[in-house]
Amino acid sequence: MRHSFRLDHLEHLESEGIYVLREVAAQFERPVILFSGGKDSMVVVHLARKAFWPAKPPFPLVHIDTGHNFRETIEFRDALVKDWGLELVVGSVQESIDQGRVQEETGPNASRNWLQSVTLLDTIEAHSIDCAVGGARRDEEKARAKERFFSHRNAFGQWDPKNQRPELWDLFNGRKAPGEHFRVFPLSNWTEMDIWMYVRREEIRLPSLYFAHERPVFERKGMLLAVTDFIEPRASETVRTETVRFRTIGDATCTAAVPSTAADLDSVIAEVAAARMTERGGRVDDRRSETAMEDRKREGYF
Amino acid sequence: MDLLRFSTAGSVDDGKSTLIGRLLFDSKNLFEDQLQAAERVTKRRGQEGVDLALVTDGLRAEREQGITIDVAYRYFATPRRKFIIADTPGHIQYTRNMVTGASMTSLAVVLVDVRNGVVEQTCRHAFISSLLGIRHLVVAVNKMDLVDHSEEAFRKVEDEMDAFASRLDVAAITYIPISALHGDNVVTRSKHMPWYEGPSMLYHLENVRVGSDLNTTDARFPVQYVIRPQTKEHHDFRGYAGRVSGGVFRPGDRVRVLPSGFESTVESVQSAGRNLEEAFAPLSVVMQLADDIDISRGDLICKPGNQPEPSQDLDVMLCWFSGAKPLKRGAKLVARHTTREVQCLVEELTYTVDVNTLHRNEEVSELRMNDIGRVKVRTSEPLCVDAYRRSRATGSLILVDPFTHETVGAGMVRG
Repeated sequence: MRHSFRLDHLEHLESEGIYVLREVAAQFERPVILFSGGKDSMVVVHLARKAFWPAKPPFPLVHIDTGHNFRETIEFRDALVKDWGLELVVGSVQESIDQGRVQEETGPNASRNWLQSVTLLDTIEAHSIDCAVGGARRDEEKARAKERFFSHRNAFGQWDPKNQRPELWDLFNGRKAPGEHFRVFPLSNWTEMDIWMYVRREEIRLPSLYFAHERPVFERKGMLLAVTDFIEPRASETVRTETVRFRTIGDATCTAAVPSTAADLDSVIAEVAAARMTERGGRVDDRRSETAMEDRKREGYF
Repeated sequence: MDLLRFSTAGSVDDGKSTLIGRLLFDSKNLFEDQLQAAERVTKRRGQEGVDLALVTDGLRAEREQGITIDVAYRYFATPRRKFIIADTPGHIQYTRNMVTGASMTSLAVVLVDVRNGVVEQTCRHAFISSLLGIRHLVVAVNKMDLVDHSEEAFRKVEDEMDAFASRLDVAAITYIPISALHGDNVVTRSKHMPWYEGPSMLYHLENVRVGSDLNTTDARFPVQYVIRPQTKEHHDFRGYAGRVSGGVFRPGDRVRVLPSGFESTVESVQSAGRNLEEAFAPLSVVMQLADDIDISRGDLICKPGNQPEPSQDLDVMLCWFSGAKPLKRGAKLVARHTTREVQCLVEELTYTVDVNTLHRNEEVSELRMNDIGRVKVRTSEPLCVDAYRRSRATGSLILVDPFTHETVGAGMVRG
C-alpha cells in the first residue's frame, strides 16, 4: 500500500486525461474522437477505454482520410475498430475534391494536408458533431502551446487564439451556441516522451511504421520522404533503401522518416531521449511559414 | 517521476520569455530546430545572437508585436522532476491570464527588473497568487548584470517585496538574483554574485517541497459520470466515475452522498476494472457502493462527520473577466461548481480590492474587467462548498454568461 499519497507524472497525466474525457461525455451530445492511427490518438482511445470501463467509450472514431495513407495505418485502424468493437466514421478528402469543395494542389510538393480542414468541418457538420476530441499536445508546436483543454470553435469552425475563454482549475466550460463546436485535447500536458513511456507502461499497440524497417526513400530539403503512390521523386532525387522509422504518422506526402535502427519500444524511447530535433521537425506541413500551424488551426485544422 | 506545475508572471520587458527560454536551453530541453528557427528570425530582424523569447511567443500577433498575449504552456524535465510551466503575460487581460495560468499550479515565479524594483504589477502578481492559494512564491530579481550584480540593489527589492507580502497569505517567498540573458543563477550558480548563497532557480524548482499542499483529510468525490454498461456481461454494474479531489477512499468506508444525505458503504474502488486498495487526489477512479441509491452527476460523495454544508448563499472572492459587461448587483448567471451547474443571482457587491495597495473600496457599483472583489451570490439549488483555502476543487467556481456562454468570472469561496 502506498502511504506517501504521491503519483508519478504519468499517473497524473492519465488521471487528468480520463477526467477530461468524462467531462466530454457528460457535457456534449455527439462527441467523437479524431483518430489518425498515430500514437497520440491511440493513447486517447486507450484512455477512453479506461475512463468508461466496463462500458465502451461513448464516442465513435472519426478518421479524416486524405487518400494518401500509408497502407500500414489503414490496416491498423481497421483491425483496431474490429477488435474493440468501436464505431468508425471516415471523412474522405477525395470526396471533397470530387464534389468541388476543395481544389487539389499541384506540383512536386503538392499535399492534401491543408485540404483536410474542409473535409473535417464538413464531416462535423454532416454528423452534427458538437465536440471533436483530438490527440494534439501543447509541446508539439508553438501555436498549440496556447491551446485550452476545451477549445471553442465558432459556427465556421474557426479558432480565435487572441480571444480564448479563460480556463480555470479543472472547471471546463463546454457551453456554446447552436452550430458551434468544441475541440478537446485530453493530452494537452503530455510530451512526446510521456507518450512513449505511457505506451510502454500500458502496452498500447501501435502501427509498425513507428519502428525501424527498410523502405525506399529519397531526400528533399533535408528530409527523408518515403516513396509511395502519392509522391514522386524528381529526376534529381535518388531513391535508396534505408532503415528508417517515423516519429509522427500523417499524410504520406508530408511526413518524413528518420534513419533509425530502433525496432522496439525501449530503443525508441532511448532515441527520443537523445533526439535533438522536435518530432514535428519532420513535418513538411509546418515548414511552410513561421506560423503555419496557427494559420491552419484558425481555419479549422486539428 | 515527480511533477511540479508552476506559473511565471512579470511586467512587459522583465525578461520572462528569456528566462523560460534560458531554463529550457540550459537544461537541454530545447531542440535544434526550435533554436534554429529562433536564430533565423532574430537574424532577419537585424538583431544579434538568439532571441530566446521567440521560442515561447508562438502566435502571429505575438511575434509581430514582440509581446506575449495568451497563457502559453511549456514542458521540460530534468532527472529529478518534470515541470509544467504556465507562462502568463503581464499586460493585456492580465488578471484573466494570471488566474487562468495559476489556477492549477502550486508555485509562482514573479519576475522583477532590478532597476525598477517592485512595481504595481509585481504586487498584483503576488496578490493574485496568494488569492489563488499558491503557497510558494519565487521572486526572480532579473537583469542583475545591468546593476553590476550589486547586492544592495537586490536587497532593496527584497525589502520592498517583504513589506508588501507581509499582508498576504503566502507560506514561503524565495528571492533569487538572476540574469536571464546571460544565464546567471538560472541553471547554474553565478560566479558574478559571490554574496548570494542561495540556490539557482532550477535547483530550487527541482527541490522545493510542495507535497504538503495535498489535502488528505477532507474526503471529497464529485460524481462526474455514471457508468452503466447494460450489457449481458455487466448487467447490474453501476459505477460512479470521478476524480478524487481530497482525502482517501477505501473499500468498506462509510460514505455520505450530498445533497441527498443518503449513506452507504464503498464496495469497490476501481481503475479500468482493476480493484484498488485506496484512492486519493487527484486519481480518476470508479466507485461502487453497496446500496442502490439515486446518485447522478453533480452529487458529492464524502464521509459522515466531515462534509461541506449544502448552501444556497455563497460568499466569494470573484475575479471578473468580461470587458463587454461589467458585473452589477442583480445579475443572473450560470455557476459551475465541481461537476454541478446551477443558476445564480448576484445579491451584493461587498467591496473591490485595489490589487496594488490591497485597499478595499466599499463604494462599489460594479465589477469591471480585471477587477477582484467580494460578492454575495444566491444559487438556485444548494451547492456543497468548502472554503477555497481548505479545498481548491470544492471551493472554486466559475461564472458563465447565459447568453454568450463566455466564462466571465472565477470565484473562490471565503472562509
